[in-house]
Amino acid sequence: MVSFLIRRVFYAIIMLILVSFISFLIINLPAGDFMDQKIAELEARGDKSAVARVEDYRVRYGLDKPMLTQYWIWISNFVRGDFGLSFQFERPVKELIGQRLTLSILLSLTTLTITWLIAIPLGVYSAVNQYSIGDQVITTIAFIGIGLPGFLLALLVLYVAIVILNQDVVGLFSREFQDAPWSLAKIWDLLKHLWVPALIGAVTGTAGTIRIMRGNLLDTLGQPFIEAARARGLKSRRVIWKHAVRMAITPLVIILGTEAFPGILAGNILVEVVLGLPTIGPLYINALTTQDMFMAGTVLVLIVFLLLVGNLITDLVLAWIDPRVRLE
Amino acid sequence: MSEITDDVLVSIRNLRIRFDVRDGIVNAVDGANFTIRRGKTLGVIGESGCGKSMTAKAIMNMVPKPGVMTGEVTLYKRHVENGSQVVEEIRIDQLDKDGEEIRNIRGGVITMIFQEPMSSLTPVFTAGLHIMEAVKLHRFLPIESIGDTMTRNIQKKREVSPEEAREIAIDMLQKVGLPNAAQRVDSYPHQLSGGQRQRVMIAIALSTHPELLIADEPTTALDVSIEAQILDLMRELQETVDMAILFITHNMGVIAEMADEMVVMYMGKEVEEGSVVDIFENPKHPYTRLLLASIPEIGEKKRELATIKGMTPSPFNLPTGCVFHPRCPDFMPGKCDVVKPLLATVAKNQNARCLMYDPCWPNTAEAQAVKAKA
Ligand SMILES: Nc1ncnc2c1ncn2[C@@H]1O[C@H](COP(=O)(O)OP(=O)(O)OP(=O)(O)O)[C@@H](O)[C@H]1O
Ligand code: SF4
Ligand SMILES: [Mg+2]
Repeated sequence: MVSFLIRRVFYAIIMLILVSFISFLIINLPAGDFMDQKIAELEARGDKSAVARVEDYRVRYGLDKPMLTQYWIWISNFVRGDFGLSFQFERPVKELIGQRLTLSILLSLTTLTITWLIAIPLGVYSAVNQYSIGDQVITTIAFIGIGLPGFLLALLVLYVAIVILNQDVVGLFSREFQDAPWSLAKIWDLLKHLWVPALIGAVTGTAGTIRIMRGNLLDTLGQPFIEAARARGLKSRRVIWKHAVRMAITPLVIILGTEAFPGILAGNILVEVVLGLPTIGPLYINALTTQDMFMAGTVLVLIVFLLLVGNLITDLVLAWIDPRVRLE
Repeated sequence: MSEITDDVLVSIRNLRIRFDVRDGIVNAVDGANFTIRRGKTLGVIGESGCGKSMTAKAIMNMVPKPGVMTGEVTLYKRHVENGSQVVEEIRIDQLDKDGEEIRNIRGGVITMIFQEPMSSLTPVFTAGLHIMEAVKLHRFLPIESIGDTMTRNIQKKREVSPEEAREIAIDMLQKVGLPNAAQRVDSYPHQLSGGQRQRVMIAIALSTHPELLIADEPTTALDVSIEAQILDLMRELQETVDMAILFITHNMGVIAEMADEMVVMYMGKEVEEGSVVDIFENPKHPYTRLLLASIPEIGEKKRELATIKGMTPSPFNLPTGCVFHPRCPDFMPGKCDVVKPLLATVAKNQNARCLMYDPCWPNTAEAQAVKAKA
């Protein structure tokens, strides 16, 4: 098990290096980088000191050097915790990402918890009572949920909340708390805002999760070991939860690692943009469109990092659930 | 086979199981009647799809949806009350399918082992956990007898503790001949071979001291040599405990080795029943004869084994008259395809469902005519 872990971590590091390199390349690919643009703009305005400042950045981050050297400077700073400068805001990337990262993680965890708390019981109910009225209602709602894009739902919620109910649901904080230091009142304000995007995310996520849970559980319930467990006189509930769900939940755990973790940063960008959330998503989109390379590169590497961490956690959880995975 | 006597453990009367499916109605079991006796082995034989497993499930009230079961399944459960033995009649077919009473019977009074040892154990549980789960539900240990011998029979019972359950698990695994039982108790199913898994299944089934063990083709998926070992094991274990076995198979050789009495099934009905000795010596039904002719005998040089021509008919399109008639070597035209044979007594304690033995039929004018023609 330990050697298995070490091997996985080793692969993950190699993967991370590769991805960071490729993302760096891609971000730098378009002709004329952010710097050229900025300098042209500043020169046109005749802002001499600003031009000098930007030239200074160019030298500091080796932007006049060959690509490989640029990458090396960036990545070696990166591992030391210096993610570079956002040229657009002229502030360190780390500073800009900091609080947004916390909020992104908080939002995702809330969404995920709501999703699973709703989806797993409904999926189990649906499978156990296949073709019952309840199953059909759940299935219909699930299909609507799968078809309904999250941003559309967000727009609908905005419309209802602002136009009809006259409620403030945009963002994650009320105006008075926006820049206030953390306090109990601010946390309470955050929670009051958080449930809207969390619920929107959960509605769209729940639908798919219900379908997956239902399908897998139906497969598992048809297996001989389920009948054998019943024949041992176990309660139906125990057979379903201890023998069947435990087997049927594996794909959800895999999704947790491959979608939910990387999704923390970029899972629901459209909804986040529509609701104007101070999370990573909108920042990332902005960085990509303005070629703010260090900002975009940092978020991309963080996404991949989360993906790899997610995979690692998935492997561990799977090994815990299913002994057959443990040996390999 | 007959009147309810003292030694009857389970009696099945007019059992029918039907499935309403899109293509029509399948009568998986079509009026079966038989009796399982205490401590004896009843063999049930028949081709694939003739309703053997469904009958077994009916005894546990576990007919899967959308199957509908009618008829009677009665368990004569023995227990001690006020120092004397009483027999309680339980109509299994009328119990709530997930109720406490049937759950106490399933896995406690009646246990079952299955055809697929590879997939009958939950992959995420160790062999030991399976046994412990059953033992915790169904085995009770006496608490120190209270009072003197007079009250010996009003003993209090308690559930086994986790440690005792584990001991029982190891002990059972030893009994079924699993090498290194003390370590194997913690093995997961995928770490065991097919034969070992079937041994574990047997250990689970016997750990609760059942009165009836239903073995549904327990060796079909195993190698011949492993099959022989498992059969030996089952016979040995049966001798040490007072337990009846319902042994389902499609192999006459296995019936000969294991069973005292036998039932031959065809398309959801029993076509012949009686003691194994009688039927092997003197099979009456043409189908039984064909099954017997298809057993290879040891030491015999390549003889053409008799095969049964044709296939079992589609359940949606059953032949008229005797359902066996398209495949029957003794087919009597004009009769077998018209009249449905009833189960008739053909010898002492031996019944067959064939118009040749129908008490009314051989004496009729048509019978004489058919005979004359033949
Ligand atoms: N869910 C179902 N829907 C419809 N028909 C079914 C269903 N389950 C079983 N059957 C029918 O019941 C019949 C009897 O099945 P059963 O499993 O008892 O056969 P069997 O004698 O045990 O055969 P085998 O030797 O292959 O195990 C089959 O012919 C099958 O068509
Ligand atoms: S009734 Fe006729 S067809 Fe059926 S088994 Fe007897 S002889 Fe054969
Ligand atoms: Mg079967």
